[in-house]
Amino acid sequence: MQELSPQSFPAAITKGPIIIDFWAAWCGPCRALAPTFEKLSHEFSGKLAFAKFNIEEGRDLAVENGVLGIPCLILFKDGKEVDRIVGQLPEPAMRQKIETALKKVR
Amino acid sequence: MTDYDVIIVGAGAAGMTAAIYTCRKQLKTLVISRDVGGQTNQTNHIENYPGVDPQPGPQLMEKFKANAESFGAVFEYGGVTKVDKNKDNTFTLTIDDGTARTTRAVILSFGRNARRLNIPGEEQFWGRGVATCVTCDAPLFKGKVVAVVGAGNAAAEGALELAPLGSKVYLIHRSEKFRADEITVQKLKADKRVTIMLNKTPIEVKGDKFVTSITLKDTINGKTSDLPLDGIFLEIGSIVDSSAVAGLVSRNEQNEVIVDKNGNTSCPGIFAAGDVTPVKYKQTVISAGEGAVAALECHAWLTGQKGVH
Repeated sequence: MQELSPQSFPAAITKGPIIIDFWAAWCGPCRALAPTFEKLSHEFSGKLAFAKFNIEEGRDLAVENGVLGIPCLILFKDGKEVDRIVGQLPEPAMRQKIETALKKVR
Repeated sequence: MTDYDVIIVGAGAAGMTAAIYTCRKQLKTLVISRDVGGQTNQTNHIENYPGVDPQPGPQLMEKFKANAESFGAVFEYGGVTKVDKNKDNTFTLTIDDGTARTTRAVILSFGRNARRLNIPGEEQFWGRGVATCVTCDAPLFKGKVVAVVGAGNAAAEGALELAPLGSKVYLIHRSEKFRADEITVQKLKADKRVTIMLNKTPIEVKGDKFVTSITLKDTINGKTSDLPLDGIFLEIGSIVDSSAVAGLVSRNEQNEVIVDKNGNTSCPGIFAAGDVTPVKYKQTVISAGEGAVAALECHAWLTGQKGVH
């Protein structure tokens, strides 16, 4: 799983569709989501890039992107937000939400 | 032949402790949960769990999980939508992905969920300014105007946690009486960065892309007013969603699962532990102890019933 930094973030979102998990170590729901996000990254391999961004590394960048609650997954395409999923969800619901978000870029 | 000897529903302190005990009793154990850690995850700093150094709640819960897994517990992520009792006294649990698992016994330990206000705008702006976890999201509101709704310990401590970060912090409560510990209330009242608004209740969350204000109703004179802000944290207690076992076990008016002192529910073969029960004190160490009791009772029931295979 690619861990983005404030430096690598801008370039990462300008490419094809990528979903980024804004998270923090102090956030229990974020930790709970992590294994699901990792599993789904393999399932969506080739269709959607997955990456994580620790908001402790760049709180301002998270706020600039309107992240006001974590975990927050934002799907970017060509540098723009396409969709977002807020909060921890069970795996089937998360899979479905990501599929729905991905349809918006196809 | 069932899939498992015991399925534990929920992976907080009660469920994971129960898993340690059932595994050590050589019961084939599955833990199904929407998360790992439960309510303890909401605690950034747990220092009253005996024998361990003060640490974040999620960190302690990860140790619980590793401990349970070391004894053979299997974890699956998902929610149990229905529990059915079969003719042969085994149970079938339906998972929210549509699949099902069978088991000889069940331990309910799925705890509680944060209560919501159920007002217009709350769902729309969820994660866009409306939040429940101060510990998780407080750092994202640095320099912003925020409100905490509630009057218990979580609300008071949340306001105190936000005070050094936010440019302005309001604590909103529908009456004049606090439920928080007196020492916390004193701290709150002494903190000049927190404005306490009593006899007010939110009736609508407004915004564009993110929250911009809330509408408050005065609970005494009924007048409404708008309060401009960037974030609103709901710390108004928690509820139990035990609908999956409705009709199968006895529950009280709060939907908590009624148990005897050993964790037996009204349905033989179904046990419960932790915050899903009417236990008065919601504490990690108490849930862990209850989980152990329910697991041992479950083992006694299973071995008395058929013997462990």
